[in-house]
Amino acid sequence: MANTMARSFLQVAAAEEVAPPLRVVQIEGLVMLKIIKHCKEFSPALVTGQLLGLDVGSVLEVTNCFPFPIQEEDEEIEADGANYQLEMMRCLREVNVDNNTVGWYQSTMLGCFQTAELIETFLNYQENIRRCVCIIYDPSRSNQGALAFKALKLSDSFMDLYRSNNFTGEKLREKNLSWVDIFEEIPVKVSNSALISAFMTELEPDTPVTQRDYDRLQLSSSPFLERNMEFLIECMDDLSVEQQKFQFYYRSLTRQQAQQQSWLQKRRDENKARKAAGEEPLPEEDPSNPIFKPIPEPPRLESFLIANRIANYCNQINGCRHCCHYNYYYCCYLLPLLLLLLVVLATIRCYCSFCHCFCCWLLLILLLPLSIVGGGGGGGGDGEDDDDDDDDYYYYYYYYYCSY
Amino acid sequence: MAASDRTVLQFGPSSAVTSNITAKVHPLVIFNISDCYVRRPDQAERVIGTLLGSVLPDGTVDIRNSYVVPHNEFSDQVALDIEYHHTMLKSHLKVNPQEVIVGWFSTGLGVTGGSALIHEFYCREVPNPVHLTVDTGFRNGEGTVKAYVSVNLSLGDRQLAAQFQEIPLDLRMIEAERVGFDILKSTSVDKLPSDLEGMEVLMERLLTLINDIYKYVDDTVEGHAVPDNSVGRILSETVASLPKLSPPAFDKLVNDSLQDQLLLLYLSSITRTQLSLAEKLNTAAQMP
Repeated sequence: MANTMARSFLQVAAAEEVAPPLRVVQIEGLVMLKIIKHCKEFSPALVTGQLLGLDVGSVLEVTNCFPFPIQEEDEEIEADGANYQLEMMRCLREVNVDNNTVGWYQSTMLGCFQTAELIETFLNYQENIRRCVCIIYDPSRSNQGALAFKALKLSDSFMDLYRSNNFTGEKLREKNLSWVDIFEEIPVKVSNSALISAFMTELEPDTPVTQRDYDRLQLSSSPFLERNMEFLIECMDDLSVEQQKFQFYYRSLTRQQAQQQSWLQKRRDENKARKAAGEEPLPEEDPSNPIFKPIPEPPRLESFLIANRIANYCNQINGCRHCCHYNYYYCCYLLPLLLLLLVVLATIRCYCSFCHCFCCWLLLILLLPLSIVGGGGGGGGDGEDDDDDDDDYYYYYYYYYCSY
Repeated sequence: MAASDRTVLQFGPSSAVTSNITAKVHPLVIFNISDCYVRRPDQAERVIGTLLGSVLPDGTVDIRNSYVVPHNEFSDQVALDIEYHHTMLKSHLKVNPQEVIVGWFSTGLGVTGGSALIHEFYCREVPNPVHLTVDTGFRNGEGTVKAYVSVNLSLGDRQLAAQFQEIPLDLRMIEAERVGFDILKSTSVDKLPSDLEGMEVLMERLLTLINDIYKYVDDTVEGHAVPDNSVGRILSETVASLPKLSPPAFDKLVNDSLQDQLLLLYLSSITRTQLSLAEKLNTAAQMP
């Protein structure tokens, strides 16, 4: 029986369907306009809506969407929200719109969307839909002329780890998962039907300069930068709070271990004495003693999310200076060197409770080239996407400097 | 018909309301209508639906959103799914209570007999509905989008007919411009342009514009082109609007702001480095 021939029906049905990985999200121009309109109308309030479309192979097509009404925080209105959704889907199905939920969209203010709620929503959606995506639109950045559309999804490794509640330091080290691996950004493609492209070609105005160009050429970017810095500073505060929690945990862990050691030592001495006296030795473990109670490790998710947010703000600050001169980097060699050394020393003193002198020197040697290019590294930040998975940013800067 | 009577058949805008109405259409409406037309059921020749928006204080009707309503059309009868229309209206009002019915649309060139009946229905919903026709068949060789209001033709006390009169339509696509026409025009765009690419394209466009103006001014001065006073005036106003700064002062201004921005850049790069460091040390720290 040649097995290159057609397999039996049973075999085909039993063969597991391997879903091709999601490569691209294809949005229709109509959906973009709808999202932009909805988010702009209610800005600065944050709004959400549902995405409808089709899941085809490695492309997720988004063909339509509808907005959610803004809900007050009231329990009884939840049923209303579900009703609204059902009604909309039913009505849209009657007019031949794809009735398949493929995700949701939300607006954000200057990019602070990486929250625990987002992850919760993702997990909720993932239970029902095999592949879902979240589109983030930033109306404040779009006012600067850029089109701030982003399609996100949670990475599979993160989801597995989170679901099994294994979000501890051990497991993270094992899987080599860091904060860049939580969200995965998927490239966005835009498609339009032939009819609408004909209309748009027809209706395009004659002027070669459009509204978007006016937005982009605006020189006053300082309010935007100011707000970015404000959010960045707030995030740094949050991050330091999280770090303090970790410090406290490590310190108490050390203290507990020291206590355990001393207790064990005392027990052993006691046992020796008892052996000499001919009595039964006592057990070397005592689970009822409070010093043996395991201290719970603080959750790391929040610090990861904060790290994501900070990276986002930094990228935005870098990206908005895309017309900056590269000539000025050489005038600030010393400043970044000094600042960097201070920062590194401060970091090390916080975390290393062991051999910190050695680590100091090691890191200094590693970071010396980094600090020299710290001045030139500024220019290298342009146009870099948020989720390059260089977990070593310094290598990137080093390349930039060498290639310059 | 009634030429011997004292009453005269009134044509033309008789009421002040009709003469002042203009309509403004947002690009989303056109997109929506096209999408609905493409998805229409096989036996339908055209699609109709409701227009949502608001009436601005100066009398302009601002058409911002739309949804299609299933309907059936026979030789002289029209059946509209009124319940669907009301359900969708309620849902849309939940999201945005300011967007109310302002009229209805249909695809196809011109106004047919059935349209009059549908218009009557919409007249009951809203006092003076606007009727938008979008020619998806491109029958004139171009996609005509026209707006009408209906004017009642009366002879004395008798209602004779309703005449659809065209009103001026403003099709400025500011939102579409914001997204970018190149994205909305082509049938498929592989990648959303990043900031830098957009900047590049913009600079090129600006350069072309400046070159055009240069050429025009040169031609006018040499006598090749017909001088146009208004254009010349606009040009001189533009050039005069540049602030008058001495070159060193201008240099200092630019350099100062550049330095501030560079400092911010360093700060953000340092923060990023600090972040990756903290990450490494966090997960790398092990208890002996």
